[in-house]
Amino acid sequence: MSEHVRLWQEGPELDGRVPPGSIENKWDDLRFSMKLVAPANRRHHHVVVVGSGLAGASVATALGEQGYRVSCFCFQDSPRRAHSVAAQGGINAAKNYRNDGDSIRRLFYDTVKGGDYRSRESNIHRLAQISTEIIDQGVAQGVPFAREYGGYLDNRSFGGVQVSRTFYARGQTGQQLLLGAYQSLTRQIAAGQVEMHVRSEMLDLIVVDGIARGIVVRNLLTGELRAVLGDAVVLATGGYSNVFFLSTNAKGCNVTAIWRAYRRGAVFANPCYTQIHPTCIPPSGSHQSKLTLMSESLRNDGRIWVPRHPGDTRSPDAVPEPDRYYFLEEKYPSFGNLVPRDVASRNAKHVVDEGMGVGPQKNGVYLDFSEAMERLGRATIEQRYGNLFDMYHSITGEDPYAVPMRIYPAVHYTMGGLWVDYQLQSNVPGLFVLGEANFSDHGANRLGASALMQGLADGYFIAPYTIGNYLAGTDRTAVTADAPEVTGTIADVRNRLSALLGIQGRRTALALHRELGHIMWEQCGMARTAESLSTARTRLQELRESFWNDLYVPGDAGSLNQNLEFAGRVADLIELGELLVLDALHREESCGGHFREESQTADGEAKRNDEEFSYVAGWTWQGEGAAPMLRREPLEFEAVRLSERSYS
Amino acid sequence: MKLHLRVWRQTSAEDRGRFEDYELDDVSPDSSFLEMLDLLNEQLLEQRKMPVAFDHDCREGICGMCGLMVDGMAHGPIPGHTVCQLHMRHFKDGDRIVIEPWRVAAFPVVQDLVVDRGSFDRILQHGGFISFATGTAPEANSILIPKDRADTAMDAATCIGCGACAAACPNGSATLFTAAKVGHLGHLPQGQPERYQRVVGMVDQMDAEGFGGCTNVGACTSVCPKEIGQDFISQMNRDYRRAMLGGAGD
Repeated sequence: MSEHVRLWQEGPELDGRVPPGSIENKWDDLRFSMKLVAPANRRHHHVVVVGSGLAGASVATALGEQGYRVSCFCFQDSPRRAHSVAAQGGINAAKNYRNDGDSIRRLFYDTVKGGDYRSRESNIHRLAQISTEIIDQGVAQGVPFAREYGGYLDNRSFGGVQVSRTFYARGQTGQQLLLGAYQSLTRQIAAGQVEMHVRSEMLDLIVVDGIARGIVVRNLLTGELRAVLGDAVVLATGGYSNVFFLSTNAKGCNVTAIWRAYRRGAVFANPCYTQIHPTCIPPSGSHQSKLTLMSESLRNDGRIWVPRHPGDTRSPDAVPEPDRYYFLEEKYPSFGNLVPRDVASRNAKHVVDEGMGVGPQKNGVYLDFSEAMERLGRATIEQRYGNLFDMYHSITGEDPYAVPMRIYPAVHYTMGGLWVDYQLQSNVPGLFVLGEANFSDHGANRLGASALMQGLADGYFIAPYTIGNYLAGTDRTAVTADAPEVTGTIADVRNRLSALLGIQGRRTALALHRELGHIMWEQCGMARTAESLSTARTRLQELRESFWNDLYVPGDAGSLNQNLEFAGRVADLIELGELLVLDALHREESCGGHFREESQTADGEAKRNDEEFSYVAGWTWQGEGAAPMLRREPLEFEAVRLSERSYS
Repeated sequence: MKLHLRVWRQTSAEDRGRFEDYELDDVSPDSSFLEMLDLLNEQLLEQRKMPVAFDHDCREGICGMCGLMVDGMAHGPIPGHTVCQLHMRHFKDGDRIVIEPWRVAAFPVVQDLVVDRGSFDRILQHGGFISFATGTAPEANSILIPKDRADTAMDAATCIGCGACAAACPNGSATLFTAAKVGHLGHLPQGQPERYQRVVGMVDQMDAEGFGGCTNVGACTSVCPKEIGQDFISQMNRDYRRAMLGGAGD
């Protein structure tokens, strides 16, 4: 442990401010006890929202509807483009429309278990309670969810659960929910309640006397830097999967907003909890700029297999049944191909590592629909997955109706993020963090169809109450634009942009980002060891030096300069990578998406260590070059019994 | 593959702009069109020149951020695809490819291949939504929607707002984009109360933004990456006429 003393400093425990009382009543009780802002006074409060995905658009909308003044920022050219748009599969809700045993309690239980007992129980119960309202909200907005012939909403089973509770809109559920939120946001923009700023990037957080009071924003078209002051700041800026370079995230997804907040004092929780999605299209070569996810709903009807004998190069149709290894069905007979994402991913990696991989690069496993097509007919398969099959065809040039798809895991979602209490407020008062950007609800592994649910629950139904409570209960003096904290933060941002432009080295931001991804995937990917993580630490330090000594960014900061934007994001991703690796190194157990090879059961499954690691790891910035401080939030389970996760 | 690229370069909205020619080697047929542009930009950076600015984000055909004219075709030669989903296997070694931004009066060029599509957002601000406040929604299954209606609404709702329809239209018209939102909400029971004021608001704003009129050319549908049909345009025109003739609404 002596080395650990140097790697981090110990800090005081974090208090999640979980309300007292039974788990069923915590949220209701809190809502009743929270302070309210009278309707006529709401227009006196200005809330700054960064991000326009499901969480950002929904909170901006809900606050605008209540009468607050809201400014919303996104780096894309329209709020409709936020990466929530790309979610395919669906959204969970405990409606129990199928009469198949679902309930708020079961959704709660499944989510706690899916997260491998590393999330805050009370938050998840609230999420399950709110889930049903989200579907009502979506339908009222005109979200065209899939319907039965009788006109009722359709459901499907999804991602490792045994009930059908997932609502969907073809393979474009994220798009349709985002457009629903965007339409409601648009209405608030038209009404003048929300001021929307597109092509605007938050580059720093303004903290005055320990309280979040605004952000520094760069207009990406003109390069103008300005402070936007407000009574509360909401970060809904998504996840940081792009630290792995190749991920299923959009190219623009980045960590800058929450990383800058971390450097201003916000606690970053569980950065090492990253989710690998089992059903992505394998990389085809060094030109690859991102990976494409195929919705895991495909696992409902597709069967995953590889040739049983390593080195078998026969085409899939020439491999007879006895020579096919349906590894998930054989190892996990009750869940089969529907085991949770981390289990499916690790098993795919295992068979590829054993030489059973398929495809030109031997880097995939088959996802085979031939049996489902015989059973259900091609028309049904087309109806369920048509757009996914088309997408696969267009990317790979292969027709999945005729030959099995090839899939391989890729980084997809990050469960870690800024630490928030039960009210979604970070340790910095006035700073609220929503959706994927916070750490709150998914523990060490997120269940399928839960991300959309969480983003919208946070934005429509939780933060509008808790932000109101904060605004009503805080007496703040006005901050003016000439306050030293404001001008100082703008100056910091300006200096940093000048520094990026001033290096004038030889390496491009893209090359440096690729190298970052390579280190992270190889040393801190699906399986991690103390040794690989130590290697990663050394290599990331070298990479950071290389970045600041040898980066080349052309042009200036006074106009649209996409390379400058990108370089700033890569710089922050490198720093985040270092913290992620440290977190992974410190957590000497396996849980959910975090697999430490030193901690596994006899049959190779993740082995938790509840005695020592049943806590949230909250990291605090201590200054350049200083070891960060580790603050723990102990996890207590009252409603769900802590048990070993088993899918066999 | 080796490619000869002719790319539109324009430093700002005020600049007149010009084509520049580039040679690019070692393009993988498995790479996407935007990955090919990444390669070009890395080459330009190596020569210490400004890379080509272009919009992109998800690179899986759903965010609507990307959009280029490839040899005069919006999103390139493969129907039903955005340019990020266009793969270089559809080109041949030695091909000459001309790359331009959307050419639409209501989409001013910002830089190189980047245009300003704010006009689309403003059209939707004139009624492209259902008015209700968060929290007031009734139980989801209290609104029954026949499957075929829900499916038709979904067909229209798949619009990604990329602007290819307007870029392909000889009149620079945004009619397909507008009709898609009118059609999406107009096919649903929730969208009925505002159906006619919506269509008037959106169509009038479309005209105010400087988009051209629709003359039923059909180029929009043929380039639409989501293959949204022209029948939504007829339906929108019908609704607009009814609204104008006063036979609609109450």
